[in-house]
Amino acid sequence: MWIINLVGVVFVGLIVWWFWLYKPNEVKANKDLIITVENGVYSPSYITVPPNQAVSLVFNRKDPAPCAEQLLIPEFNISESLVLNQHTRVHLPAMPTGEYEFHCQMKMYKGTLRVSE
Amino acid sequence: MKPSVSHHRCDSSAEYELLIDGANCGSCVKKIETALRNVQGVDHAEMNFAQRTVLVSGSSGVEPLINAVEQAGYHAKESVAENDEAAMTEKEASDQAYYKKLMRDMSISLGVGIPLMLYGLFIGDMSVSSPAERFAWLVVGIVTLAVMYFSGKHFYTGAWQSFKNHSANMDTLIALGTGTAWLYSMVVIIVPALLPDMARHVYFEATAMIIGLINLGLALELKARGRTSEAIKRLINLQAKTARVIRDGNEVDIPIEQVRINDQVRVRPGERIAVDGEVLEGRSSVDESMLTGEPIPVEKTQGDLVSAGTINKSGSLVFVAKRVGKDTALANIINMVKKAQNSKPPIGRLADVIAGYFVPTIMIIAVISALIWLNVGPEPTVAFAIVSATTVLIIACPCALGLATPMSVMVGVGKAAEAGVLIRNGESLQTASQITAMVLDKTGTITLGRPQVTDIVAISGYSEEDVIRLAASLESNSEHPLAEAIVASAKSRDIALSDVSDFNAITGQGVEARVGEQSLLLGNKKLMKERGIELSEQVIEQAQVFAREAKSPMYFAVDNTLAGIVAVADPIKDDSVAAIKRLQGNGIRVVMLTGDNQATAKAVADKVGIDEFYAEVQPQDKVDKVKVLQDENEIVGMTGDGINDAPALAQANVGFAIGTGTDVAIESADITLMRGSLHGLADAVAVSKATIRNIKQNLFGAFIYNVAGVPIAAGLLYPVFGILLSPVVAGAAMAFSSLTVVTNANRLRFFKVKEH
Ligand SMILES: [Cu+2]
Repeated sequence: MWIINLVGVVFVGLIVWWFWLYKPNEVKANKDLIITVENGVYSPSYITVPPNQAVSLVFNRKDPAPCAEQLLIPEFNISESLVLNQHTRVHLPAMPTGEYEFHCQMKMYKGTLRVSE
Repeated sequence: MKPSVSHHRCDSSAEYELLIDGANCGSCVKKIETALRNVQGVDHAEMNFAQRTVLVSGSSGVEPLINAVEQAGYHAKESVAENDEAAMTEKEASDQAYYKKLMRDMSISLGVGIPLMLYGLFIGDMSVSSPAERFAWLVVGIVTLAVMYFSGKHFYTGAWQSFKNHSANMDTLIALGTGTAWLYSMVVIIVPALLPDMARHVYFEATAMIIGLINLGLALELKARGRTSEAIKRLINLQAKTARVIRDGNEVDIPIEQVRINDQVRVRPGERIAVDGEVLEGRSSVDESMLTGEPIPVEKTQGDLVSAGTINKSGSLVFVAKRVGKDTALANIINMVKKAQNSKPPIGRLADVIAGYFVPTIMIIAVISALIWLNVGPEPTVAFAIVSATTVLIIACPCALGLATPMSVMVGVGKAAEAGVLIRNGESLQTASQITAMVLDKTGTITLGRPQVTDIVAISGYSEEDVIRLAASLESNSEHPLAEAIVASAKSRDIALSDVSDFNAITGQGVEARVGEQSLLLGNKKLMKERGIELSEQVIEQAQVFAREAKSPMYFAVDNTLAGIVAVADPIKDDSVAAIKRLQGNGIRVVMLTGDNQATAKAVADKVGIDEFYAEVQPQDKVDKVKVLQDENEIVGMTGDGINDAPALAQANVGFAIGTGTDVAIESADITLMRGSLHGLADAVAVSKATIRNIKQNLFGAFIYNVAGVPIAAGLLYPVFGILLSPVVAGAAMAFSSLTVVTNANRLRFFKVKEH
């Protein structure tokens, strides 16, 4: 029995590590970067952009679920409707360094914008 | 003869906006601008680096511009107005296709799940003992796998994708729950020896039912969501599709996206105005109710401004396009409403934080709950552990929680927009629902802001017409608002004005001039005294009566004899009294501020039923008055229409801008009232209150559902009541929880904004 309990505890530990502690690889935003919205994720979901400079990101939504339609960046009051099967360009203002979340209306699709050099 | 070419060139000068791609540094700006300026026919090119756009004016046409940018090493494309209507139709089509797919998936999985469930309930139990049963259940297991593949594939791929991305979502929970149930059942069939007899039970019906029910829930939610955006749809439908443009003397109908600034557009009776512009010729009345809520059509003639989306009623107008595409007032409104609809009020933040951590937490709860069943649960522990873990995973989907706020905001903001109230964001919406004190600037807010002549008293043998004719002639040189009122009054009576000479304005007192042989004097008591003009008791008393009625009396003298009194007042808007009563009826303390003198202020306050007012308030003092109220712990709404109100609007908890006509300062306030009426204030408060109440209902529903649902699913009630939820019940509950939230939000659509 104790083996099963141990497996359970390890399992809990893995969940914590995998979903909360692990940081995904970051991707630098450039003009060719397209963020795909599909199957409940933004990929890439961890994007670095330069500070104090307006940039734009291109989203390609392939996911028909209504959850995926809205892209929100609450910090900058940005909300964009992503058109299904099309590229939607989202303009970002010049942002100070820091990390900002972007997500869907229900916060089920999540990503992070890292603003740094 | 004038060369026709140059004439043509002059006429076809236009503005283009290009979107630039690939410009990443400041130095690109110069390069692009230079490239564009070198194109033949370009007069002007200016790049906005932040937005990556260039505004080009000239007669070059678009193609050469794009080529020039490409040659400089960048990409360009013309920025055309978004065709919102086409986008809307496209979205509806894709929603419809998705709906069909969900319904198909639902029928397949319920088609398998329902017979299985009925069998389990009424005919046999779902346990596995004989080899024949094992074989039969193996077939069912494979059929269920097919169902999982055909109807539930999106859950599994979604779960896998997000797992790889270190994120977890609804799909994760569904995939884990149904996957666990299926795998356990297959273990029972293939290696029954691993499990005690009692635990040899299959749960294929749970897997099939859950997939079916959740697909059904998603489909119904999609339908209900469509209804929440109806307000936007209605606004978008106000946009005309084509415009009749006059080019080279010919009138052609062109798609709305191709109309350019400075195009001349003709609009015939009954047609919608396509873009914002200024009337060049014609006379007509225009129905602007869709923008302002103002039901009475407005007369338009040369020099007047017309707005996209409004309807030309009677005559034909030709106007020159001033703002096109996404710059029109209507497009701005649509854009602003869309933005506001997606912004969340602070009340939703807790739900957001919870939703963000929810799924992994639930996975942990599922593991712990299974461990507890295994350790201290009754036999068969394995079966109970599996059922409770599966049920926890399925019932815990945070969808309802995530939808609670956005759905209501969507409907509430749309509802307000229909009443001519533009709410900037979720925060303004929430604060507006909490307002306890409303500060109103008098001029232009409670009153029309345009003084009018209310009374003319003629004395010493002069007729009323003489007085108004001479006074108006005298004032025709002055630009004071009171002077404009007198001139307008003469015009409205069709009185022709005479030429004046020797015009002289006496600061703080009045004006004087000569008309022909007569010397005219118009001004206050002081002026009359200084010029030695006698004022009888009776005349002074009459002037005081006017003053008590919030009118400004002016004495008028001809050749040093008093000829009359002209009283001018800024009339109170028709519905100010009723609207103020509505606010007070909501328990809101209404305070009036004005730069006018005490007597005028009191008269107006009495008329509209305000007890608390401050007169002779300088613009900079308005901020202090708002602060004083805030120090008294009031949540202050401030309403104003002018630039001098801006600091106070910013200081207030919610700033309301009154838009006069269509020239709306949408950018400056938290909430903009498109129509001049103060009813907009009461409407804004009413809608925001209803919306926040609706959000609270949704959050309560969603929280209760998850907070109570998860422990019950984990088996908290089992030791006492012997209740353990079936995974199928969890599936149904989860599917319908989001639906409940969306439906409740839709109830807001039936909320009546106006009580009057
Ligand atoms: Cu969801």
